[in-house]
Amino acid sequence: MNRIRARLTPYLLILPGGLWLTIFFAIPMLYMLSVSLMTGNVIDGFRLTFHFPTYAQALGLYHDQLIRSLVYGLIATALCIAIAYPMAYWIAFRGGSRKSTYLFLILLPFFVSFVLRTISWQFFLSDNGIVLGPLKSIHLLPENFSVLATAPAVIGGLTYNFLPFMVLPIYVALERVDHSLVEASYDLYAGRIQAFLRVVLPLSLPGVFAGVLITFVPASSDYVNASVLGGPENTMIGNVIQNQYFVASNYPVAAALSFILMAVLLLGIFAYARALGTEDVLEAAAG
Amino acid sequence: MSTLTVDDAPASRTPDAPPRRARRHGRLLTIYTWIVIIWLLLPIAVMILFSFNNTHGRFNNTWQGFTFKWYGQLNAYPDLTGALLNSLTIAVLTAIIAGALGTLIGLAIGRYRFRGSGMTNLVTFAAISAPEVVMGASLLSMFLSLNIPRGYLTILIAHVMFSVSFVTVTVRARVMTLDPALEEAARDLGASPLATFRLVTLPILFPAILAGGLLSFALSIDDYIITSFNSGSTLTFPLWIWGSTRTGTPPQVNVLGTLIFVGGVVLALANAFMARRRNR
Amino acid sequence: MNGPDPVWLRGLTRPRSRRAVLRTAGLSAAGLALAACGIPGQGHQAASEAEMARFWRKQKRHGHVRFANWPLYIDVGAKKNDHPTLDAFTKETGITVSYDEVIQDDADWFGKVRPQLAAGSDIGYDLQVITNGIQMAQFIALGFLVPLDHSRMPNYRRNIGSAYRDPAYDKGARFTAPWASGMTGIAYNPKYVTKPPTRIADLWNPAYKGKIGMMSDVQELGNFGMLLDGVAPEKSTEKDWRKAADVLKKQRDSGIVRKYYGNDYIKPLTNGDIWITMAWSGDIFQQNVSEGTDLRFLIPQEGGNLWTDNMTIPKTAQNPLDALMLIDYYYRPLPAARLAEYVNYVSPVPAAKAVIEQDIAKASGADKKTLQQVAGSPLVFPGDAEYAKLHNYRTLNKTELTTYQSVFQPIVAG
Repeated sequence: MNRIRARLTPYLLILPGGLWLTIFFAIPMLYMLSVSLMTGNVIDGFRLTFHFPTYAQALGLYHDQLIRSLVYGLIATALCIAIAYPMAYWIAFRGGSRKSTYLFLILLPFFVSFVLRTISWQFFLSDNGIVLGPLKSIHLLPENFSVLATAPAVIGGLTYNFLPFMVLPIYVALERVDHSLVEASYDLYAGRIQAFLRVVLPLSLPGVFAGVLITFVPASSDYVNASVLGGPENTMIGNVIQNQYFVASNYPVAAALSFILMAVLLLGIFAYARALGTEDVLEAAAG
Repeated sequence: MSTLTVDDAPASRTPDAPPRRARRHGRLLTIYTWIVIIWLLLPIAVMILFSFNNTHGRFNNTWQGFTFKWYGQLNAYPDLTGALLNSLTIAVLTAIIAGALGTLIGLAIGRYRFRGSGMTNLVTFAAISAPEVVMGASLLSMFLSLNIPRGYLTILIAHVMFSVSFVTVTVRARVMTLDPALEEAARDLGASPLATFRLVTLPILFPAILAGGLLSFALSIDDYIITSFNSGSTLTFPLWIWGSTRTGTPPQVNVLGTLIFVGGVVLALANAFMARRRNR
Repeated sequence: MNGPDPVWLRGLTRPRSRRAVLRTAGLSAAGLALAACGIPGQGHQAASEAEMARFWRKQKRHGHVRFANWPLYIDVGAKKNDHPTLDAFTKETGITVSYDEVIQDDADWFGKVRPQLAAGSDIGYDLQVITNGIQMAQFIALGFLVPLDHSRMPNYRRNIGSAYRDPAYDKGARFTAPWASGMTGIAYNPKYVTKPPTRIADLWNPAYKGKIGMMSDVQELGNFGMLLDGVAPEKSTEKDWRKAADVLKKQRDSGIVRKYYGNDYIKPLTNGDIWITMAWSGDIFQQNVSEGTDLRFLIPQEGGNLWTDNMTIPKTAQNPLDALMLIDYYYRPLPAARLAEYVNYVSPVPAAKAVIEQDIAKASGADKKTLQQVAGSPLVFPGDAEYAKLHNYRTLNKTELTTYQSVFQPIVAG
């Protein structure tokens, strides 16, 4: 009897949480798939007609925004790596006793709501605000110069909001690097740059991978930054999906776009995982 | 997602003192890091500053003098206060529910090998890495199809959904480093499995559960995208702020944001302080 | 033929593992369940007179009304968030009013409340103000609005302007009671725009690159596109819409538009993010009075839009009788006058003008000047010259609606 109970234990343990995830994560995906294959309108209702051309129609109308989102996401992720890595390296290797303090400072922005942070940036960068106003009044900048409503503003916002997500995993990976390995490479006449490139960097890659994972996906699918900091030329696929659901009430197209976005991102992640040779993706993500 | 909390960082074995040229590089890196940290904190400073702005009109745009008065008028916008309360209660409930569910899953995956573990791992990973827009949109699709009205409850459901996996991963990492010898010892001393769990396993896991719960709390209180898809006419703090950007964000938003910020900082510092005392 | 191919037989009869069978069964069950799915439509039969009478007979006063409106659309008192007309209403009837400026854009608002009304749940408001247009037509077609019992609205019957008794968008004025009418024209900030604009074509001027605001409402936008082409929107055809959409798309692609706004163009116009924009007449007046700005408004030479915002009661309202009383209250000359004096929009109550003139006689100094501006303003009491330049939205039936939206929506949304 005890043996059977022991066998059942893991299943009982995952039952409540697993049920929740199944009902509210897995099944909605199926619903979204079915909505994407429906036709109709708000007044007459939508019916499941397995209308696959919706996908082609959605892609045809909004492929610009989809590509733009991926590009913005990639650039923001690359910028995040470029900015975060030196910082994580410095904290891990030279932070000394004050490592926790620096990490704490980096996490500090998270105590303020994400929307509030982005709005603060909008205020900070506004055309005649704190920064640009004085510059314009001394004629250092033309009157109609604006930072907002441009692609750099949106990408900047994305980079800003996701930087801590990149710093932490890289820091954790660098932290774990056994210093005796580095010392050993010095003993073998490696210069500092060589030691970094051939010992530290490869060992930190799982951290970079984890960072890319939790940065690229949300960055590409974000719509808050584009909405607050961007203009009509910078709308991202997230904006389009939200608009199709709530303004145009065009549920099939909205659902189709969501699906396409998810498929593209999943493909990207697995391709990246393959390229890096990371077998157990979950291990890397769990840090 | 890193399971490392800030005060968990192990003491490092510092390398030998670097040669002089390296020290100059080191200083460059130091300055660089501080510049980035200042950049990260810039909008927060702006937010705090303008909570003291003596603005006269509807818009909190130009500096018009220093005042404390907004701190005395916290409830000037009842629906803002209501939205903040919604956010807080949802976050607490999410932390509790997701904490419980996630701990159970984390225990299962971390300790046992069973048929569904691969699938569970996959779903957990998917729930962490799926884009928020997709998760929100799919939940909305389901609610629309089943004609379920959206409001407080649907927000709570969505928040628990995306928090469970984070708690799972946190707890799982801790469970895997749990020394089974401790539990065996308890069993040898005659404790039943339930008692062992309650008196040995749970206390050891508690920091990880707490960390997971705090993470859920933070994720829930700040969530905008998934909430906006599933909120109906219920407002949470981020949703209210978003709505207010159209007509002018009142200084009360800055005040409440500052208060939450300060509160969070105090809590974190207190936590670090207590951890240090505990370790001593 | 020797009978079925043995390869087939083997394939069909190969023992399947229990898991595989369960999996297939599960998926097909899910598929069948989903196939039965749909999102219910809500086309609706209009309520009959008898049903309406029965409905209103059952209603009682609850002492409270929840009012959803647009920003900058009601009088504001000295304390900055009190409203004298609402306070007077409460004092007289004992009905408290909670007033929220939550409507920014008809399409946004409709998108938000539609699912709730469809599910029969409370949207949080008993009274909402929506513009005559696509969403109004949808509200009515979907049966989301409570028919108004005119027999319980004495002030309305007595004082409503004749132009509003039987509007094209709501035959017999069954569901709507006008709150205010307004005009869409061009607003600009003279600090940055030295040569005053006069035409819609000025919104296409590359000199204002990145500083131009346009509206996100497809009917406002579409109308301006058509007027630019010299087409009267009321009689436009699909061909006209596509031509207008092309012109608008060119404007968007040239990168000169800063953003497509709902009601939120006022702040950017004030702080210089945009210099020239499509705008609503009363907003500019109110902004100048309350913030001391110097923004200008004009109706373009090619023409402007005329629209009417209407008070309506959603079908899931919790306090319909109190809402009806509030609606009727605003048809008394005094509150109507106070409203027009403050918001500077066209009042549906002609008798309000007499009250304003009385106020002018009693006022002095700066107040008097402001009131005279209001009474004499063609924006508040338009004359024939103004009406000649103003155009209504194109009334769209169900099929035209989808076409119209699909033509203009990508300009705003994409």
